[in-house]
Amino acid sequence: MNRRSWLVLVGWCALALRPALAQDRFIVVASTTSTEQSGLFDHLLPAFEADTGIKVRVVAVGTGQALDIGRRGDADVVFVHARSAEEKFLAEGQGVKRYPVMYNDFVLIGPKSDPAHIAGGHDIVAALRAIETAKAAFVSRGDRSGTHMAELDLWKAANIELEKAKGAWYRDTGQGMGPALNSAAAMNAYILSDRGTWLSFKNRGDLAILVEGDKRLFNQYGVILVNPATHPHGKKELRQGFIDWVTGPEGQAAIASYRIGGERLFFPNAAS
Amino acid sequence: MRRANGHVRARADATGPRGLPISLDGVGVRRGAAALLRCVDLVVAARTRTLVIGPNGSGKSTLMRVLHGLVAPTEGRIDWGGLAAPPRGQAMVFQRPILLRRSAARNIDYALRIAELPRAERLRRIDGALAATGLAAIAAQSARTLSGGEQQRLAIARAWALAPEVLFLDEPTASLDPAASRAIEALVRDIHAGGTTIVMSTHNLAQARRLGERIVFLHEGRMTECTDAAEFFRAPRSPEAAAFLEGERL
Amino acid sequence: MTTLAESVRLALGLMAGFDAHLFGIVALSLRVSIASTLCATVIGLPIGAALAVRTFRGRGAIVATLNALMGMPPVVMGLLVYLMLSRAGPLGSLGLLFTPGAMVIAQTLLIAPIVAALSRQVIEDAWLEYRDQLTSLRAGAWRSALTLLWDTRYSLLTTVLAGFGRAVAEVGAVIIVGGNIDGVTRVMTTTIALETSKGDLPLALALGLILILIVVLLNFGAYATREWARARSG
Repeated sequence: MNRRSWLVLVGWCALALRPALAQDRFIVVASTTSTEQSGLFDHLLPAFEADTGIKVRVVAVGTGQALDIGRRGDADVVFVHARSAEEKFLAEGQGVKRYPVMYNDFVLIGPKSDPAHIAGGHDIVAALRAIETAKAAFVSRGDRSGTHMAELDLWKAANIELEKAKGAWYRDTGQGMGPALNSAAAMNAYILSDRGTWLSFKNRGDLAILVEGDKRLFNQYGVILVNPATHPHGKKELRQGFIDWVTGPEGQAAIASYRIGGERLFFPNAAS
Repeated sequence: MRRANGHVRARADATGPRGLPISLDGVGVRRGAAALLRCVDLVVAARTRTLVIGPNGSGKSTLMRVLHGLVAPTEGRIDWGGLAAPPRGQAMVFQRPILLRRSAARNIDYALRIAELPRAERLRRIDGALAATGLAAIAAQSARTLSGGEQQRLAIARAWALAPEVLFLDEPTASLDPAASRAIEALVRDIHAGGTTIVMSTHNLAQARRLGERIVFLHEGRMTECTDAAEFFRAPRSPEAAAFLEGERL
Repeated sequence: MTTLAESVRLALGLMAGFDAHLFGIVALSLRVSIASTLCATVIGLPIGAALAVRTFRGRGAIVATLNALMGMPPVVMGLLVYLMLSRAGPLGSLGLLFTPGAMVIAQTLLIAPIVAALSRQVIEDAWLEYRDQLTSLRAGAWRSALTLLWDTRYSLLTTVLAGFGRAVAEVGAVIIVGGNIDGVTRVMTTTIALETSKGDLPLALALGLILILIVVLLNFGAYATREWARARSG
């Protein structure tokens, strides 16, 4: 290879990397895998970008990791659904304010063969007790996510000690919602999921929704502005712009209009 | 044939060429427990043609490497015309020619660039060396694609272009056929005729007979003979040399 | 097995349809991996050459360390780079986290030891062969290293391709430092991971087949170029 080919190669590399370093108006939103995989952002963000010209980069991880990213100042806004963890985040001074945005619900998924005989029920606590009695396989996310914490609260409400059950019929997988559903489908196990992820999940195997509608399955989403005082790198108006839009009339309408197969996934409640 | 590369050696030194004579005083080379060379006392004088012979494993290669400065002796002393380190102006051709992945001409050019010669001079010397070794036709051909004989001739051409004071050759024809070997021998003679000191090792007695002015005979790392060639072949002094000449394995 | 058949059909459909979104993802994958392979080569080859040609105290330890680093789990490297580039970390002010630049950095750090260790081996073997002649010609350490690098260029190309293969297949590091952001840092491997976690296995497998196809084509191309060049210059 002669000298000229080397120069061409180097020039090409420089060009190739340029887009990587370009700066435009954008904010980073740390959110959860379940929110992203429900497809909500694909529906919501184009409308936001069209209205405001601000691009949104969504980093989707578990709730615990999303809040962590916010603590490190690597995200501008945090958009999660774990009330107690969010309160703690605010108490640490990491966030400025928490705004409710929308809610959806959890559903209890299980095999059609239903060894615990809970299908069609509307009492989640009774259902969990039935699963424990039957020692039926149950998959948990085990990843500090909002869903995981909600699940643990429900087991506590049912007065069930999980420590002895781990490894036996209770499978603590440490995975996101999608992978956990994959595992449940493969194991033909029960699992608590948010409705959004379930509706867009394709690898259902032999699973179906068995219990739903219990008030205790209510799942509230909140959006938090990461404290710019501790992370002063500008973009304050952009961030606040996102929060204002999502809790304002356009955002709430966009949330309400998102459906999968005609079914509504999320219910906007910023006003309440 | 006088030096066909046509350049004049720049030394008009009355005391003789730089780096010569090479004097070895009690030189030995030990690797681990094995002694590759033992107690070698040798003087290589300017413009001589010395052939180093001996059975396999007698230390010929090691001696060549010590003389060229590639291997340091573990015992004894060596100096090159009074210098403690071998000066520039020496070249070596190995049993298997080591050529770079480039054309024949560029291989020679590589050596000349290291010698920091200007471009015009390099081109002249390359043409001369290739002509002298009969390789002018393949100047642009990739060195690795040449035949064994051609590669070795190229290695010699590279050495020749450097116009060395001393040329070492370590069994240069060992892997060549008789015709190619004869070509190499002719080149060695030419180079010597141009004033270069030659030190060459071989296990081929006929070749030693043809080329040698002085003979150095090695047996198990020790030099048992160092004498005029005619003398050696007529009446060797040591029993090992005599046995070697009679073709017996020692 | 029906999943496999469905995936093959999907893959062919995606490729034939010149799906723009897919093309964007493929282009980003190639840009990131090629950039990191080049950077890793620029870093790794000189180190490999220096280690091959020089002896110095501690050389054995460095060689052993390099060989061990070849086995660095990508996810660990991802975490380390994340901590460095995070705003809470030392290099946070560069604002590189969650950008393709961060992905290039992480992959470069992963591949450079591979390039260094493998090229060291190649050059060391060549040095054994060339050493006497280069010393006789008085080439010096620096020139010898460069000469060896040039003369072993075909074997070194294989080393570089090995590095590229590792980069393009890697998912653990890029997903952590890139954030798998749609349209910004989503590459083939992270897309496959995402589709798998969404339960869309046929699509994930289809993307995997496309990725493998691209890598195979690249390697074929590199091999053909190498053979053509070798035939010309031996």
